[in-house]
Amino acid sequence: MKSCLVVDDSRVIRMVARKIMEELEFDVVEAEDGQAAIDCCNQVMPDAVLLDWHMPVMDGLEFLYALRQLPGGEKPKVVFCTTKNDLEHIQEAIKAGADEYIMKPFDSEIIQSKFSQVGLL
Amino acid sequence: MIKAEDFELLCGIVKSRSGLTLSPDKAYLLENRLMAVARKWGMNDIDGLAATVRGGPNEELLREITEAMTTNETLFFRDQTPFEQLEKVVLPRLLESRRERRHIRIWSAACSSGQEPYSIAMILKGMGSILDNWRIDIHATDISRAMLDKARAGLYTQFEVQRGLPIAMLMKYFQQAGDKWEIDPAIRSMVEFDEFNLLNDPTSKGQFDIVFCRNVLIYLDPPTKTRVLENVSKLMPEDGVLYMGGAETVMGVTEKFQPVNEHRGMYCCVRGGGGGQGMAPANYASNI
Ligand SMILES: C[S@@+](CC[C@H](N)C(=O)[O-])C[C@H]1O[C@@H](n2cnc3c(N)ncnc32)[C@H](O)[C@@H]1O
Repeated sequence: MKSCLVVDDSRVIRMVARKIMEELEFDVVEAEDGQAAIDCCNQVMPDAVLLDWHMPVMDGLEFLYALRQLPGGEKPKVVFCTTKNDLEHIQEAIKAGADEYIMKPFDSEIIQSKFSQVGLL
Repeated sequence: MIKAEDFELLCGIVKSRSGLTLSPDKAYLLENRLMAVARKWGMNDIDGLAATVRGGPNEELLREITEAMTTNETLFFRDQTPFEQLEKVVLPRLLESRRERRHIRIWSAACSSGQEPYSIAMILKGMGSILDNWRIDIHATDISRAMLDKARAGLYTQFEVQRGLPIAMLMKYFQQAGDKWEIDPAIRSMVEFDEFNLLNDPTSKGQFDIVFCRNVLIYLDPPTKTRVLENVSKLMPEDGVLYMGGAETVMGVTEKFQPVNEHRGMYCCVRGGGGGQGMAPANYASNI
């Protein structure tokens, strides 16, 4: 089973995302900010990360930079999932090494479409 | 509840004008969709709409009734593989076989709000300079004027640009326009949109090397499916390629096309009374 780390400071969003990812047959781990997510990756590197941008402690972009420095950190497919829905932010995220980008609000169809684009479905 | 005779009348109109068949369990759908038309024409209910229809011919009203009953669901790069095949297999072959004429014609025969023909255009754009000095026509048609208007505008919601469209394509070929996303004029100008009813004879459109006729035949009854596909086959050269939707087939519908091995959704023309093969499917299989 593939694994997905869901990183979002909103418990509600994490819950919704978890449900969708589990329906797509992913093993789901949750983290509430970038730092907690890095801790998770240090234990087990996931196959995918669904990543919010704006979060306390360490935001999504900082997490992404840190992740790509970790041993094996180039492997996970990172899909941003954020309310930052303008071209500049998208470009910044892709430049930083994100594989796909979801603009909130999302639904299961969008998640499915994006995860199949990164080759995980 | 809609009266049985009204349901019959309205379904009859939709069917004779578009081929779309509605079973009685779709009465709620008909009622829902036609309420909007009724209100627009100043009537309060389906009763009133049916009465007006019975009252005498009104081309505009009948057209709107028909249009309201179409299902326009679509997305960019729907099913992915047809577009990958187009780029990796079908177009390279045609670039070879058409190198004298340097002209390829593609038809998106039920284009809805434009995602299908624009996906084709983005594929072509991505192929870059090998297409320099080639003329590639993308002709996109639909029966629905509302959908054609939307397609021509090239404006999509945030939801629509996240279905099927890779983020790299969004960055490359779209600009933000308020809360919508607008397709690059360079892509838009590669597609020519036109109203066309698949029940009509398409002969005057000329020849097409590649035809996308996807997710429309599922709504039509068997004899109409056959008629549409046989008309399409007449417009195609021997090495032409037809694409149909994932839930569609030529089996039991026509012998003018046959599936190409290992390429789901792709069909080649069959010439000479059904027995012969226009193009050996193996030709395509060997390319992958
Ligand atoms: C479900 S959409 C398919 C769009 C696209 N080809 C795809 O596969 O995503 C079906 C389209 O067929 C159109 N349609 C239905 N009956 C038609 C007819 N008789 N002639 C032309 N278009 C028709 C509808 O208006 C609708 O936009």
